[in-house]
Amino acid sequence: MPEYTLRIRRFDPDSGQAAHWDEHTVEMAETQSVLDAILKIRNEVDGSIGIRCSCQQAICGSCGVRMNGKPGLACNTHLHEAALRGHGTGWNPPEAGQRTHLIDVEPMGNMPVIRDLIVDMDAVHWKKVQRVTPWLLAKEPVPEREYIVPHENMVDVTQTMACIQCGSCVSDCLAMEVDPLFIGPAALSKAYRFVGDPRDAQHFERLKDLAEDPHGIYDCTHCFNCIDACPKGVDPMSQIMRLRRKAGSDHDIEDRNNGYRHEHAFVNNIKRNGILHESDLLADSYGGKFNPNAGRELVSGLPTAMRGLARGKMTVKKLLLHEHKASGEIKRVFDTVEGRSERVELNLYVTGYEDEPEEASAEHREPPAETSVPQSESESENA
Amino acid sequence: MKVAYWPGCVSRGFTPELHGAMAKVAPLLDIELIELDRASCCGAGVIAEHSQELADTLNARTFALAQKTDGAMMMNICSTCQGAQSECQERLDANTEYREHVNRTLAEEGLRYEKDAARPFTNKNFLWLLVEEIGLENLKARVKRPLTDLKVGPFYGCYIVRPVSRLGIDEEHPRDRYMHWVIEALGGTVIDYAGVYKCCGFPIITMNKEASLTQAGRHLGDAIDAQADCLVVPCPLCHLNLDLQQPAAAKVVGRDLGLPVLHLPQLVGLALGLSPKELGMNKHIVRPTSVIDWSTSVVAGSAA
Repeated sequence: MPEYTLRIRRFDPDSGQAAHWDEHTVEMAETQSVLDAILKIRNEVDGSIGIRCSCQQAICGSCGVRMNGKPGLACNTHLHEAALRGHGTGWNPPEAGQRTHLIDVEPMGNMPVIRDLIVDMDAVHWKKVQRVTPWLLAKEPVPEREYIVPHENMVDVTQTMACIQCGSCVSDCLAMEVDPLFIGPAALSKAYRFVGDPRDAQHFERLKDLAEDPHGIYDCTHCFNCIDACPKGVDPMSQIMRLRRKAGSDHDIEDRNNGYRHEHAFVNNIKRNGILHESDLLADSYGGKFNPNAGRELVSGLPTAMRGLARGKMTVKKLLLHEHKASGEIKRVFDTVEGRSERVELNLYVTGYEDEPEEASAEHREPPAETSVPQSESESENA
Repeated sequence: MKVAYWPGCVSRGFTPELHGAMAKVAPLLDIELIELDRASCCGAGVIAEHSQELADTLNARTFALAQKTDGAMMMNICSTCQGAQSECQERLDANTEYREHVNRTLAEEGLRYEKDAARPFTNKNFLWLLVEEIGLENLKARVKRPLTDLKVGPFYGCYIVRPVSRLGIDEEHPRDRYMHWVIEALGGTVIDYAGVYKCCGFPIITMNKEASLTQAGRHLGDAIDAQADCLVVPCPLCHLNLDLQQPAAAKVVGRDLGLPVLHLPQLVGLALGLSPKELGMNKHIVRPTSVIDWSTSVVAGSAA
């Protein structure tokens, strides 16, 4: 059986001692889990190691930890897999030649450590989940019997319902790292679960609240860490983008954080110019050149622009005019797609991948309306 | 090799030095660039956030234009283009019905994005092309002025390293190590610091300026503390937050910064013998003094 070396980060905030790493070597099959190894060490060598776990089947979401720099569940990560982990984190790079046996285990990030591998989920994660009103605000009148919900709507929210509240995505959220008040990936995914549910009566109010909050849906930096972190395929960042789409396009919520304006300014900028005209985008994101808010922002950005001009990075001509204009073909793509009566979306979580028969066959359901592909009017012409 | 070349928007807008440097470096590596001048912005994730179909159609159009050239593949010089386009390509390739739906919009222009299993459509950032097509040995052989004693911190950002499965990062293609390898192949010293794989903050600069600049300032500070002479980025949007906004970021994090940030083609160009000025480094906001000092120093001079 292969040998694995686990380096476990130990810390007891009450002890007054600094954190340190304990190293243990175990002989175990490569398909046993990191949790198996931790429990073996705890049972046989050091009973004082703090780890939270329960089901050991990736259902309860208790054993979230960082393994070689990447968050996940200790119970569904094979030792072999954990040792190779570290892509996108620089941990155990292939050059170091230790990729096959060394596993660093530490508590999740963005949350205070209670002891060793146990973090305070209440202080951060659960507080944020409560922030989004995580229950159904039912439509009135309440029917005598059950609500009838279109199947496609339920399929649409199943992805967020797969969340087991393990906190892995919260651990590595880079927006939360600099803005601890950011509502964050797990709670915002939970918010989509109700915004996407037709039984809920307060879609607009929920979206308005999350769009207006300076730490809400427009605070996400698009870093994709939560997508890679999630052991259940929830794709929290994609849910945040869905919330933005619904807030901006379905409910026309013009928030005070410039989220709506930035998105619409960007789309119109490309429609007009084909490629981005940055200085226009900047002004329009703040409400247009003549908007008082824009004035303030642009004045505060003036030193930046002056430095750009001084170094020849920008020219006055480039700031004010844009030589590039969108071709008729690009405009036509915009007109065709924006002119559709129904939004066309493909959610790969629902439809699966054609070339991977196993995954595709796991989903026998009909695609929901939003993800189905309507027949184009011009189909017969092109056929 | 011949490639269909997508420079993106920002390399022709606020970071013109990037487009210029790529044009100078390509012939030194025997890369022939066929510029896709009719293509549109990739959407940078923002168009996809507004309308997924719009982003997918615009990028399918870019792919179709690339397929019409005789380039061996498509090459970009912007991580954000790479990430946004890979996301669209993933959807287009995964579902025939959806692909045909998008192609119907393109048909009026006589364009069509083909998915051919025998000859899959490939779109690679310059970084990937450098390692996988040109090869590190080949690159090494062309170095005229090794980056000896230049301490370079790689800054990968987000779009080119996550999600790992979509970007084809695995044991066989550790694309999240390629910048480390390129720096070493050019003779430089890699500086590891906390921000190597973090976000520059650019996507939220108009929504939450303080959080955005805190990100940029923190990573720059960490690299300075790790003794880096400069950073290198594969993405012009990272360059905007790390260089153009660096004086503002310094104020937000409350410390002096002043760390030069190089575009990847500039770093390669330096080692291939081009001067900082030829590579447009005079256009940077943070004067690349440490890099210029290095390029005129005895060490670098003697190797030339």
